Amino acid sequence: MGVVQGDQMTLNIGPQHPSTHGVLRLEVMTDGEIVSKIKPHIGYLHRCFEKHSENVTYEQVIPFTDRCDYLASMNSNFGYVVAMEQLMEIKVPERVDYIRVIMGELNRIGSHLLALGVYGLDIGAFTPFLYMLRDRERILDMFEYTCGARLLYNYMWVGGVSHDLPKDFEKICIGFLDYFEPQIEEYNNLLTYNKIFVERTADVGVIPADVAVSYGVSGPNLRGSGVKWDVRKDEPYSIYDRFEFDVPVGNGHFGTLGDCFDRYWVRMLEIQESVKIIRQALKDIPGGDVHQALPKKIRPPKGSIYRRTESPRGDLGYYIISDGTPVPFRVKMRSPAFTALSCLDEVSRGWMISDVIAILGSLDIVLGEIDR
Amino acid sequence: MTSAEIIAAIENQFSEAVIENEDMADHQVELDSAHWFDIATFMKNDPNLSFDQLECITGVDPGEDSQLQTRYNLHSMEYRHKIEVVIRHDRENPKVESIEQLWRIGDWFERETYDMYGIIYEGHRDLRRILCPDDWEGWPLRKDYEGQESYHGIVVPKIKEEEGWE
Repeated sequence: MGVVQGDQMTLNIGPQHPSTHGVLRLEVMTDGEIVSKIKPHIGYLHRCFEKHSENVTYEQVIPFTDRCDYLASMNSNFGYVVAMEQLMEIKVPERVDYIRVIMGELNRIGSHLLALGVYGLDIGAFTPFLYMLRDRERILDMFEYTCGARLLYNYMWVGGVSHDLPKDFEKICIGFLDYFEPQIEEYNNLLTYNKIFVERTADVGVIPADVAVSYGVSGPNLRGSGVKWDVRKDEPYSIYDRFEFDVPVGNGHFGTLGDCFDRYWVRMLEIQESVKIIRQALKDIPGGDVHQALPKKIRPPKGSIYRRTESPRGDLGYYIISDGTPVPFRVKMRSPAFTALSCLDEVSRGWMISDVIAILGSLDIVLGEIDR
Repeated sequence: MTSAEIIAAIENQFSEAVIENEDMADHQVELDSAHWFDIATFMKNDPNLSFDQLECITGVDPGEDSQLQTRYNLHSMEYRHKIEVVIRHDRENPKVESIEQLWRIGDWFERETYDMYGIIYEGHRDLRRILCPDDWEGWPLRKDYEGQESYHGIVVPKIKEEEGWE
């Protein structure tokens, strides 16, 4: 039996469409309801991060990194300062490392909560979104209490952090974790085991492991395909080698390994690992000054560095070239959402248009980071 | 494998491909652009090297009157070793073979580097601008870039020149 080929139709999704998670335009070639090719058009949010970085000093790059991945600004800061400190061979005080890990993991929980909630929203489950945003709000409140900002923190500086933790931060944070952990079960009951949700996501948009590696897919998306790779474990930076936590990988819970559900499920499990890390960090955090390693003038030695860290979306790499002046010669950000989006075309072929929304949502992209 | 061993393995297979350059750090190697596709294929498929992950492609413009560079960060998930490959291009006619079909992410990375530096990746199946609009003029991240004065009737603001950073 031959394949019936209908007329090709081109459908534009976006740039102003709620399920494109920002300003992304998808040019979808369809045959009836079946997708035959997708051309993503990006760049609507291009703010010349790399060009700007060549015109400001090293410290002034940090606020730009905030605005790249605006849902996990702490982790964007973290990657940059880790790369800078490695380039300058600075050793930061213990307390700074602990504070950074706590903030990074809190932001990871916040970012994952938004990703999971919005994913439910994309495919029609409205209520879980409200539950998850309610809890994310408490994390943002903690950030506001610590550094005054709720989304764009500029919190981590080269050699330290901008503010020390408030005196009662530990109590507030433990209180939040005690409240938060039982909530995860509630999310699962609301969304994860929901029959409609499982039907929409299981077996849909399978990314095989070798395709994922070839496309540079990283983070929860890569682990959803069953590859146990986490920069925090495999190329430890800061003090991540001190904590005990698992690296959850997908196992085809309800369908095939590497489907949309696995990517969703890995995020849900990762939230619980982050809670574990924060608890350990809060227990061991030493005292001390958070500013003592701040360099007066940042002038890294000549050289270049590529360092990647684990942001909530995956391997966030910074390529920094220094020519010995206070202004970076070149800053390149290798963003995880950029690589994740590039595989959309291959993964979506043969699926329905409504499944494309499910696949796109499961990749958890942030356009600010893709376009930089 | 250490970087030195990886470089030795490449040199063993492709004599004269490795270019001696004192500016390269220990983790970097400069390769001849003429055989890049063959070397990349070897690096990906050789069972001892097995570079299955292309972490990043960075374009670099070291300044006026110098050659443009493309830097590839390669990583092996199997052996957990990595290397950075540097390839230099002629400034007037920057060309190098595309590795887009070896590592699929090379597709977008090369488009981005083309967009910013105007480096032509020969053999790329869909080489066009990715972040800038299709009809943008010039290569923004080159050091001698001068922005166009207006774009579709919109005046493009210029960055003010300041007097040094001291």
